[in-house]
This record gives sequence, C-alpha cells and structure tokens, in this order.
Amino acid sequence: MNWITDYVPPKIKSFFQRREMPENLWHKCDSCGQMLFHRDLAEALNVCTSCGHHMAITPRERFHALFDHGAFSEVQVPEALADPLHFRDEKRYTDRMKDARRKTGENEAMLVAKGTIYGLQTVCAGQDFSFMGGSMGMHVGNALLAAADAAVEARAPLVVFAAAGGARMQEGILSLMQMPRSTIAVAQVKDAGLPFVVVLTNPTTGGVTASYAMLGDVHIAEPDALICFAGPRVIEQTIRETLPEGFQRSEYLLDHGMIDRVVKRGEMREELGRILRLLMGLPPAVHGELPPPPPESAKAAPVKAEKPTREDG
Amino acid sequence: MRNYLDFEKGIAELQGKAEELRAMARQNPNLKVEAEADQLESRAAEMLRDLYHGLSAWQKCQVARHPDRPHALDFIRALFTEYTPLAGDRNFAEDHAIVGGLARFRDRPVVVMGNEKGHDTQTRLERNFGMARPEGYRKAIRLMQMADRFQLPVITLIDTPGAYPGKGAEERGQAEAIARSTEACLALRAPIVSVVIGEGGSGGAVALATANRIAMLEHAVYSVISPEGCASILWKNAEKMKEAAQALRLTAQDLKALGVVDRVIEEPLGGAQRDRSLAIARTGDAIAAMLSELDGQSASDLKAGRRRKFLQMGTKALA
Ligand SMILES: [Zn+2]
Repeated sequence: MNWITDYVPPKIKSFFQRREMPENLWHKCDSCGQMLFHRDLAEALNVCTSCGHHMAITPRERFHALFDHGAFSEVQVPEALADPLHFRDEKRYTDRMKDARRKTGENEAMLVAKGTIYGLQTVCAGQDFSFMGGSMGMHVGNALLAAADAAVEARAPLVVFAAAGGARMQEGILSLMQMPRSTIAVAQVKDAGLPFVVVLTNPTTGGVTASYAMLGDVHIAEPDALICFAGPRVIEQTIRETLPEGFQRSEYLLDHGMIDRVVKRGEMREELGRILRLLMGLPPAVHGELPPPPPESAKAAPVKAEKPTREDG
Repeated sequence: MRNYLDFEKGIAELQGKAEELRAMARQNPNLKVEAEADQLESRAAEMLRDLYHGLSAWQKCQVARHPDRPHALDFIRALFTEYTPLAGDRNFAEDHAIVGGLARFRDRPVVVMGNEKGHDTQTRLERNFGMARPEGYRKAIRLMQMADRFQLPVITLIDTPGAYPGKGAEERGQAEAIARSTEACLALRAPIVSVVIGEGGSGGAVALATANRIAMLEHAVYSVISPEGCASILWKNAEKMKEAAQALRLTAQDLKALGVVDRVIEEPLGGAQRDRSLAIARTGDAIAAMLSELDGQSASDLKAGRRRKFLQMGTKALA
C-alpha cells in the first residue's frame, strides 16, 4: 500500500490515475434527453439536473461524496484466482478483464473503503457497474468478506452499495458460490452486533439481489432503480404478458414491502449518517462544520465490546 | 426407459431392431434370430458405454433433464420411511415445486426436502416444472428452522431449472426468499447434506444446497446460468448452448475438481434413467456416508465447518 492508495481524496488521486478524460464535455440524460455539462453532472453526482434521473456512478466518485472531506482509505481485497475456468466465449475472459481494467482504471467490480461519515467510522463497499456490469465473481465475494472483516475489526457499521447486471458468468459455478460466501460476510457483521445497511442502485439483479442485497438491517434504494431477481425481459418471455408500469422499480418494491426507503443520491450521506448513528446508539451528528478525519492512531471505537472472534478462524 | 435423447439415436435403432427380431421369433418359433438379436443388443450396450464415458457438457445437460430420470419424490419414497410431507409457508401459499417434511433415513429422524419437477404433463404443471416461487423457499426456511430446533439432520435433493421468473414471484420477494434460505442453511446447527440429482439451476439451487457436504450424480449439472441463457447473453445466440455448456464447466467432474462438490455418485450404465433403483440406492449410500462423516460434530463445529467450506472455494483452478 502506498500513500496514494491510502488517504488521498480522489479528486487529487485522479491526477495520478489514468482515468480517461471525458471525450465529450456534454452528456445526454438517458431519461429526458437534456444535454448536461459534464462538470454540472459530476457536481450533481450524475443525477440529471433537469429531470432527477439517477445515472450510474462509480464507487470512487460516490465515496468521495459520502465520506467526510471526501477522504477514505481503501481496504485491500485478497486477490482471486484469475480465470480458473479458462473461459472463452467470442472473446477470452482474460481479454475482457484487460479491457475493463483499461476502460475503468479500476482493478475489479467492487471497491471497499473505510472512512468517517459525520465522524462515525464506517466501512463501505460499492459495486462498480462500469466494470463488466458490476458482475459478482470471486472478487466481489472476497471484497465483501474483506469489508466484513474491516467492519468487525473497527466495530464499524457496513454499508454496501449494490449494482450489478448479475453474476460473472465467466467464473461459472464459482460466481454462484459468491451467494453463500457473501451471505457469510453479512452473517459475520450481524454476529458482531453491527449494522448492515444496503443501498440498492440501478440495476441490482440476479444473484446479487438474491444474496447480500436483500439481507440488510435497512434497505434503501435510489429512485427508479431496477431491483429484481429475474429481469423484466425474462419474465415477459415466460408469462407472455406486458408488465405493469414501474414494475421492479424502487417505488414498486417500496409498495410491495421489499425495501424500507427510497432516497435521492444527493441526500444519501445525511440519510446514512442519521440511520447509522441511530443504530449505533450515538447522539445526533453536529451539522455544519465537520471535524477533520481522525488520525490513524486516534480512531475511536464507537461501541465498547470485546474483540470479536471469527467462527471460521 | 421410454425416451431416447437425440444423441442416442444409434442405440435406439439397434435396440429397436433387436426387439423386432425377437418379436418375429415369438410369432414364428422356427426363425433362428436369437443370436443376431443378441449381437445387436451387445453392440448397443457397447455403444452406450462408449457414449456415456465421453458425454459432452451439453449432452450431460440433456441427460440431467431427462424426463425418465428419478426425481426428488422417487428418491424420498425409496430411501426414507415414515415420510410425512409438511406444507406451506404460513404466509401465502403451499408451493408444490419444493417438497419436504419429516422422515426417517436408515432409522434416523431427519428433515428431507427437494425440488420436484413432476413426471407427466399434469404433475409437471402442478410442480411448475420444479421452479419454486418465494413460498417454496420460505417453506424450506421454516423446515430448516424446525430441524435446527430439534437437531435433525437436513437432506436436500436438488433438481431445478431455477427459481420461477414470474410477476407474482418477483412481487412477493423471490430474491429475498432465496437470500434468506441460503442464510438459513448457513445458520443451521444441525448437519445439512445435499445431492444434486439432476439440474442444479443457479440461485434456486444454491438456496437449498449451502450444505456441509455436497454430492452430485455422475451426469447431473450445476451452474450459475443455463447454457441457453449464457449463450444468448455472451454469444448473443441461444443456439450456441453447446459451446456455453462446455465453457461453464458445469459437470459433476469439473465441480469436484474445483472443490465445489465433495463426491460424485456413479450412475448406472447409460444414466440414472436406465436403472432408477440402482441410481437411487447408490445415492442412499452416499447420503449415509456424508452424514456419518459429520457424526459427532458439535453445533458450532457444523456451522463453522460449513462456513469454512464455502470460504475456501475459489482456491482451486481447473487444469
Ligand atoms: Zn434527465
């Protein structure tokens, strides 16, 4: 770990990374078609300033807006075996991975970070839809397990931002096995008596929804996100009828009792700050001037407890 | 055995001819065709042996879905006594795609559950082709929690194309039901052993198969997605299911090499559909062996061992 990956706000970090420059200074809203200036769109966290449509956002950008002062440290994720099945379709899996890495500047589809939200030490894991559709393979399982370890060690809550087109098919059965593996990660956080909050973003589908994304103490969704097990096209092919307006969208799931709240991206930091403090039995955050991020040595444990032991050793 | 698969055509023809010869001989005892019929039959047997020793991944998918294969209820009726089916999720409905209840396995009270596909048009419709709705998983959770309370071993028989992709299933929380079922498997303080007897279809299978020990029948398959689904997404062409089946490495043999399943149960020559009772008997022995491996383990050993098993997955690559 070097000083760049550790504790450098991403705005500075982006100078060091080979993130591609926006080819176009204007971005068209997927929903209303309005042309949006890239800087305004970034400022609004990729939410359309005209219609409020929530577009995809990378975990790095999200964390920058979420943690106090935009500062966080990355939690290292144990590296998974590369291509254990030697998978190739029209393209080799290893080539698809290279492309995704080049395109995103990220290593894999989930980023784990530690920082403070309104002064409360919090571990966050974010799925990156721009990296192979956020698909859940061994890395995502390892990332959630690393996030759970970090949360338990710091006695901190865990927040997961889910976003995935489904499983990483190129890892075959091993991608399916991330459903139980990620469920173990959730169990470790819950066994330690710590909050596990899920933020469902567009889209959250398949095995991701059917594992950790539906096991939160609290389920929050961004507006109009597609959240499902089977996608609408698969269902339409099966039942051969048109689905109702808004089917499988956040507000529909709210009506059907599957999620607790629908919250706009711009209000997520405050929302999470409040919920986590309530769950951790802490007094309300002091709004306005925020304290600087605590130095590494002075991290206060929010709840006094014995050091938890992992059952699997 | 009533149904031949398309790649078994050669065998069907040889066996058909042998059958014709024998029929002729029955009508006319002077015809000396016995030897010829025997020869045809032994050629068919040889062909069958060669064919089944070298089944491709896609052929195994077809065998795993064979309509004459023994299904969950066939296993339950043959291997368990005092089977007492229990119904309902106590909330919305009884889901006939997942069967289960109390039973005795070789003198030991257990909870047994399985995905049931049905065996003819009527029962297939009734069982929704083995595709469970949320109520099925919620019933499974209920049975697992009961097994936990009474320290009864749980035995699950996996045979499903996947969880049902329907409007109502989605509205009633298919994803949540599957997630909770997997969670219930992991929380069990009693042993749980699973056998993939046919098709292990994605999340709908793993929800019942997050077990201490997992076995697969020799020609069963277990996959994150159907070869057809994978082909239409990655190849953009559903006709490429042979390639997709190969690439997914979904056979019992590959899953054993990957450390995902613990044992492969040998099927009778030509597949379980050709000798159902032998396939079922061997499965019974495998279940007994898996349960005895777990004998004497404390509740926390069982839980920790199960977690460890899944945490270790992904450290072995295929050659
Ligand atoms: Zn818009």
